[in-house]
Amino acid sequence: MKGGGLRIYAWLYLVFLYAPIVLLPIFAFNDATIIAFPLSGFTTKWFAEIPNTPALVQSVQTSVIIAVITALLSTILGICAARAGAKYRFPLKAPILGFIMLPLVLPEIIVAVSLLVVILALGLPLGGWTVVLGHTLICTPFCIAILNSAFANLDPSLEEAAFDLGETAWSTFRLITLPLVMPGIVSALLISFTISLDEFIIAFFLTGTEPTLPVYLWGQLRFPQKIPVVMALGTILVALSVILLTIAEIFRRRGIARAGGKDTGGFL
Amino acid sequence: MAMTRFASSEASRGLLMVAPPALYALLLLAVPLAAIFAFSFWTQDFLTIDFTPTLKNYREAFSEPLYGELILRSVLIAGSVTLATVVLAFPIAYFVSFHVAPNRKSLWIFLITIPFWTSYLIRVFLWKVILGYNGVLNTTLQGLGLTEEPLTFILYNANAVVITLAHAFAPFAILPIFVALEKIDRSLIEAAQDLGENRVMTFIRVTLPLAVPGIVAATLIVFIPTIGDYVTPRLVGGPNGLMIANMIQTQFLKLNNAPMGATLAVIAMTVVTVIALLFIWLNRKWLRARS
Repeated sequence: MKGGGLRIYAWLYLVFLYAPIVLLPIFAFNDATIIAFPLSGFTTKWFAEIPNTPALVQSVQTSVIIAVITALLSTILGICAARAGAKYRFPLKAPILGFIMLPLVLPEIIVAVSLLVVILALGLPLGGWTVVLGHTLICTPFCIAILNSAFANLDPSLEEAAFDLGETAWSTFRLITLPLVMPGIVSALLISFTISLDEFIIAFFLTGTEPTLPVYLWGQLRFPQKIPVVMALGTILVALSVILLTIAEIFRRRGIARAGGKDTGGFL
Repeated sequence: MAMTRFASSEASRGLLMVAPPALYALLLLAVPLAAIFAFSFWTQDFLTIDFTPTLKNYREAFSEPLYGELILRSVLIAGSVTLATVVLAFPIAYFVSFHVAPNRKSLWIFLITIPFWTSYLIRVFLWKVILGYNGVLNTTLQGLGLTEEPLTFILYNANAVVITLAHAFAPFAILPIFVALEKIDRSLIEAAQDLGENRVMTFIRVTLPLAVPGIVAATLIVFIPTIGDYVTPRLVGGPNGLMIANMIQTQFLKLNNAPMGATLAVIAMTVVTVIALLFIWLNRKWLRARS
């Protein structure tokens, strides 16, 4: 076996990476309000309590609506940028595309406070839509990163052939380009949905009277008796994220296979 | 007709295509950043903003020791986090790139990225559970008889912030290094070994220099967001582990002093940018000196 020592290190590292996530279901099913060992017994009552907490249910709804709109907006913006980057040469291309990617390397607190300042200065009310604006800004670069590889793997001769055979620009896009990059689009949608659903700091600053799920959870972490319910909810969220990501990964691989590319692994 | 001719030129089509995301970034990023910059020269006058430009906020930021201390601490914590994350991540990226069968590589990358996609808040909270006085780590260590007293230096201080952030940013460090290692032409390594270099020297003289772009990217991707992190210092940092983002939040939402918050945000951004550019410049210089 090659790399014996490294292999042991790699497994230890995975233990480090998974340590907190493994604890989540353990405490979610533990029959005690204190989050500590030793465990006291098996219960599902924390899960049963989730639907009986109206504020929690409400925050989940708010978050899902925000995440869906964010995913759609940022994927559309991402398609535009990735398409322009892959297909056309235009003046100031690198600075423009670099600027769009900027939120990726900007501390989120800066994005949050700068948007807050502008929205308050304009006298606009805070609410779900302000969170959507902020989330779309930070999700678009991720979408572009995913879609870039989808558009870069696209063979331009396929589009040219459709065009030569009499299709219009739009029907070529719809019949040839879109199906080929569809897996990339699906994974961009899922990734931006996941990021928006989990994002805390921008939502914390820009949410109005309706908290998103992370903002609601932040409030609950101060009350020890509420924490087991948070653990139960966290367990469900982890399970959902893993399912969504597995689907995204399957689509991504299928997309690379369809465009005839080579799999280099990973979302980023 | 004029419209079709306009649309047929490649440059204008490209610009038209990139316009929606570019305008979005202009309106929601450039304008707000400019606004923050403008705010930092204004002052809070009870409930209204005094629009007379002044350097008062900057003077206060530099004379009040607390602000300087928070910025310095943020830089030091972000620096330690970056160092720990990159040093721990490199062997993993190397292992996946060089020792994992090609068809298993994306599975490993997938395994590494999954924890990153689970709720950040809950992950940070769970580190609090692991590192706490009666936490998982302490009860395990005592249970195994390795320690008598619970370890107290691992929660509510800067150490806890470093551990938690090193965990949260692990994939950000692993992926760029992995991509850089994947790009290395394996025949270069064979050539070095054929020419008589041993494995360690081959690694130091061939693999490591070629991986530098990935290491640089990893360093910046980890350093920049960690310096502005809010959640981790607040949950596991205790009073001596708070960072600049916590103060910016306090200024904006608690003290209702947006101009001071804006000033601290501008200073933090400047510090981040200067350090990042300095790092890139040093790295360029080093690479040029080698060649």
